[in-house]
Amino acid sequence: MNTVVIGAGMHPWGKWGKPFIEYGVAAARAALADAGVSWTDVQYVVGADTIRNGYPGFIAGATFAQALGWNGARIASCYAACASGAQAIDLARTRILAGLCDVALVVGADSTPKGFFKPVGGKRPDDPDWLRFRLLGATNPAYFALYARRRMALYGSTAADFAAVKVKNAACGALNPMARYRKPVTEQEVLASPMVADPLRLMDICATSDGGAAVVLASAEFARRHGISRPVRLAAVSTVTPTFPNTTLELPAFATDSAAAVSEQAPQLRIPAPERPFRADIAHAAYEEAGLGPDDLSFAEVYDLSTALELDWMEDVGLCPPGEAEKLLRAGDTTLGGRIPVNPSGGLASFGEAIPAQAIAQVCELTWQLRGTAGARQVAGARVGLAANQGLFGHGSAVIATT
Amino acid sequence: MTLAIDGWFTIGDDGTHLLGTRCADCGTVSFPPQWGFCRNPHCSGETQEETRLPRQGTVWSYTNACYAPPPPFAAAEPYTPVTLAAVELAEAGIIVLGQVKDLTVDELRVGMELRLTHGPLADGPLVWMWEAAQ
Repeated sequence: MNTVVIGAGMHPWGKWGKPFIEYGVAAARAALADAGVSWTDVQYVVGADTIRNGYPGFIAGATFAQALGWNGARIASCYAACASGAQAIDLARTRILAGLCDVALVVGADSTPKGFFKPVGGKRPDDPDWLRFRLLGATNPAYFALYARRRMALYGSTAADFAAVKVKNAACGALNPMARYRKPVTEQEVLASPMVADPLRLMDICATSDGGAAVVLASAEFARRHGISRPVRLAAVSTVTPTFPNTTLELPAFATDSAAAVSEQAPQLRIPAPERPFRADIAHAAYEEAGLGPDDLSFAEVYDLSTALELDWMEDVGLCPPGEAEKLLRAGDTTLGGRIPVNPSGGLASFGEAIPAQAIAQVCELTWQLRGTAGARQVAGARVGLAANQGLFGHGSAVIATT
Repeated sequence: MTLAIDGWFTIGDDGTHLLGTRCADCGTVSFPPQWGFCRNPHCSGETQEETRLPRQGTVWSYTNACYAPPPPFAAAEPYTPVTLAAVELAEAGIIVLGQVKDLTVDELRVGMELRLTHGPLADGPLVWMWEAAQ
């Protein structure tokens, strides 16, 4: 039994200043039209929550369902930081696989304030997300920068390497009508942009955006009944958590787990060390579920919150061994027309992050690429695509879709 | 002397120390302190003891905030970039993030030794900070 993607739709990313509901409804209507499914026939709606838009954002499933006109469908709303959209997709997929429904709509949308993401308001000294700002002034880019500097120290990566990621992604984004930034950029422009969190400059870091994305999922049988031939198949959705001890400093933490319990200092504990770091685990679980591996991929969409992080992700999803991502980048392997294009959509570099919509947008891109309808940014002969992301508090996701 | 947060660090004659917890059953160290259940999934321990983390470690990575972070951070006026370092405390097997006192990113490198001290936030309360180990 398979779950298939029969509709994909987005509201263009930007800074439009409208309520998130408008973006979500526009995306939902586009996805339903794409699927040829009437809203009144949808049996299950899942909304990916936004935490910066008041109560309607916390119950996004109901908010979108009401805005589309109550149709009696069952609903769910979920929040998993940057992976919210993937978790919403997984909820719908699971219900379809369980035989509890045939067709489901998944929607995520966000409307974001200007500037750095800051914690939700009020004095909340028990909330680590509030405390990291209060005690350290540690913004999201600060964490991205720690990873980037670590990469430079471990592998000799340079600011020019990071800039080359932006140049590549901006070139793809220029071809994507849904992207917010559609202008090619040069390495010099990136290197001349203001430093935000050393070694990352403004153009190394993804913006915060408004946007909406939706997919219509269905059972393969429903698709057949509706005359949809060869729909894109959801081969895996991984939403695994880290394995203790997680020795990477994760957003928004003050410290890692202690590895002492798995070290030689504590042999009496006999606790196995995790086989691989968290981001690699996320992808590994998806590969296992799909019965596929990195060599099977035609392209990958990875969560380039910063340019440097795209290089980390390439290694985490197994495109190359640790420390070799720059080689692939510089050889042109990851650009459009290359051996394994990474972020043919333009990535977060071209979109900016609309948190609850972003993982759904990744699946929209997988769908269009695998249908062969991605236009000027089409990956030739795309058969298998992977989308990966990571959010705060141990959330992350990887989705594999196939023709 | 007001601490910006209670129970996470202590200032005494023998210097500033980060306060963590150590599981009485398995020895897992946690920072910030985790009272109650042990975070080690293989351990059912519920008794935590306060422990002082090592005061000195090596830089795992570092960065700065070139623009003033948003509230609830209290930014100094005029603002000068805050330096941050993630410091690996090998004996405890843990990496702890903190502000860095009197060093810019140009003076830091991965692997260099830093030790714990404290300093004020712009609105007064004290917080733990890393400083050059001399």
